[in-house]
Amino acid sequence: MTTATIAIPDLTETAAHYADRIARVKRRIIICAGTGCVAGGALQVRDAFSEQLRAMGLNVVTRLEGEDAATPDGAIDIYLSKSGCQGFCQMGPLVTIEPEEILYTRVTPDDVAEIIQTTLAGGEVVERLLYRHPRTGEHCKGKDTIPFYQRQTRTVLKECGMLDPEDIAEYVHHGGYEAARRAVCDMQPEEVCALILESGLRGRGGGGFPTGRKWELTRVQPGDEKYVICNGDEGDPGAFMDRSVMEGNPHAVIEGMLIAARAIGAHEGYVYVRMEYPLAVKRLNRAEQAAREYGVLGENIFGSGFNFTLHIMEGAGAFVCGEETALIASIEGKRGMPMPKPPFPAQSGLWGKPTVINNVETLASVPLIVRHGAAQYRARGTEKSPGTKTFALTGHVANTGLIEVPFGATLREIVYEIGGGVTDNSGAVSGEPFKAVQIGGPSGGCLVEEHADLPLDFDSLGSVGAMVGSGGLVVMNNKTCMVSVARFFMQFAQNESCGKCVLCREGTRQMLMLLDEIIAGEADAKTLEILEQTARAVKIGSLCGLGKTAPNPVLSTLRYFRKEYEAHVFEKRCPAGVCKNLCAPVILAEKCIGCGVCARKCPVNAITGEKKQPHTIHQEQCIKCGACIESCRFDAIVQGAIL
Amino acid sequence: MKQTTTRQFEKICEILDRYERKPAKLIPILQAVQAEYRYLPKEALAYVATALGLSPSSVFGVATFYAHFALTPKGKYVVHVCDGTACHVKNSESLLAAIRKKLALKEGKNTTDDLLFTVETVSCLGACGLAPVMVVNEVVHGMMTPAKCDEVLDKILESEATQ
Repeated sequence: MTTATIAIPDLTETAAHYADRIARVKRRIIICAGTGCVAGGALQVRDAFSEQLRAMGLNVVTRLEGEDAATPDGAIDIYLSKSGCQGFCQMGPLVTIEPEEILYTRVTPDDVAEIIQTTLAGGEVVERLLYRHPRTGEHCKGKDTIPFYQRQTRTVLKECGMLDPEDIAEYVHHGGYEAARRAVCDMQPEEVCALILESGLRGRGGGGFPTGRKWELTRVQPGDEKYVICNGDEGDPGAFMDRSVMEGNPHAVIEGMLIAARAIGAHEGYVYVRMEYPLAVKRLNRAEQAAREYGVLGENIFGSGFNFTLHIMEGAGAFVCGEETALIASIEGKRGMPMPKPPFPAQSGLWGKPTVINNVETLASVPLIVRHGAAQYRARGTEKSPGTKTFALTGHVANTGLIEVPFGATLREIVYEIGGGVTDNSGAVSGEPFKAVQIGGPSGGCLVEEHADLPLDFDSLGSVGAMVGSGGLVVMNNKTCMVSVARFFMQFAQNESCGKCVLCREGTRQMLMLLDEIIAGEADAKTLEILEQTARAVKIGSLCGLGKTAPNPVLSTLRYFRKEYEAHVFEKRCPAGVCKNLCAPVILAEKCIGCGVCARKCPVNAITGEKKQPHTIHQEQCIKCGACIESCRFDAIVQGAIL
Repeated sequence: MKQTTTRQFEKICEILDRYERKPAKLIPILQAVQAEYRYLPKEALAYVATALGLSPSSVFGVATFYAHFALTPKGKYVVHVCDGTACHVKNSESLLAAIRKKLALKEGKNTTDDLLFTVETVSCLGACGLAPVMVVNEVVHGMMTPAKCDEVLDKILESEATQ
């Protein structure tokens, strides 16, 4: 919308107007402009399309509104649009050609001329740019034939990757803001709360608290001044679901907040986005401006007398701000340190007023529930965890990216079917099972092969010592050392501990030091015992979620990979061959030409051998400094896992 | 304070006015100050504290709490190597080592003496599908190898040399 404030937005008219414009488009080319594809050069691909198509004398528009570049008969030859993240990040940059719905992968600017000639002019498909089915080797023309997409149920993510995140009219055309209109004009606040409670929606930030109950608790608090906060401080390493939603469909987040505001009686809201997501901040700011100009934010929304203003705030780099009370302190301009609960934010939150604080994905699910009803929402997922969940699938897996599946899906489906199988360190599908899947980031735990058929939901994961968390799924292959993984997460928790409570501040430091001892080969039986004790103490005694969950990776790896810890401690051996101090260098006889460089470099003279004959390392003398490995020009010395 | 500092304070005054001198806006104010100077000069912190009616220690407390704020000047190019889980399991440590070696950064130093580069790790950039990832200022480079890091740095050094 180009005009200033419109008193009452007419959704039907906007949708009809958009439908009229889009009907004139002969062909639409959608370039994925999520962070992943942009890093791969998607914007250059877009520029190449624009330049070359314009040079052919076609009229090319990048926005449906504002530019009046239609041909005399009113037709638009090419609508070159951007979309948010389509999830298939590893195959990016992605280009979709409509109406045929051909999905080209890994497109470079050099491919553009061929696409224009073969597909746009010739009506044929450029086979080499299609995704190839990893098992059958067949070319997949579109999303409906690619296993990565076939097995998913995309609801929250459906419109990410399809619509232009910077075009509010397209969002409205797809039914957007109708749910907000209904909540504001046709429903009472208690009805909205009841509907969300009935849907069974649970908070996607990790805890899984019923959203409807949270809203109802806030609604019944006395007073006019209440707040809605969207927690976009997605700090878990290995998770980027919220980033994709904020970038790809920011209006869904805003609409969800509007509905939440109506439900609890708030007139002001904040979206708190972490600073590592500059594109999300930009898109949200644009969406907020567009929504304000269109009239769905501001005063007297839909002529109902209901007011709601929204602020976008950028974080400043503190993981603990994902904790709700710390996030509130940060919005107030203070150090982001958590407060003891109760009082809960529902009673006393931002500026001491009742506050609802929800995660991005939770809020983006809300418009769908209001639009389609609670029953349809409950039709997916499990009884206690209805609906779908987005996961960021990463690590040693063939198809990394963003996925959405109903609750109750199994790891087998996710890793082997959607993910296309486990990869080795060179990136090739190995056909081997995964060693572990880390779920829920530094607060979560690991799942192992025996959990491959466990239906994933809030409760089942809790029962095996893991948690949904924010939804990061990191697949690890057999070459991963689980002690190192635990150390990695402990280092993270220790860096991010805010320092307020002793158990978290000191406990994470102690656990890190103990893990370092194990990795350095300096541990004994006592180390494991103290590690376990400390972990339990920190879990029980910490103030906030960060500290309470920080020991989880340690406890969970101890539970499922105790033997690996014991090998480190008692045999001074790292079975995966990762921990440098616990791996002896080994000379591969078939590669060694006997040049003698390593023997000369060895500071303790542990290497001997005849000239031009394979050399040997005397392990009892070796100090594992790695000098020989660095010196060998034939890659004949490797870090072995066996002592 | 010399003339340059007076001029600095003018900039800070503009920023303070933009946020209506509200203490609650301390974080966005500090972000804007840092965007201006690439770090938070001590005098600027004291000035902001006085203007907002806060104690210098509480402003300093906020400035040191958040990882984004720097109290020493950063380089013109800030290189972030992602060490999130996905990048970590794909060996992001080797990228960091290669970059530090290339820039001849000694242990404990993150900024080159010519103030051209600052090298830092971040916990997750959310581009896990492209792991391992490196970001230079706001440009994301995905699926990196030590050799590719070298190339990116070489290009920057080249463009700097020609300027």
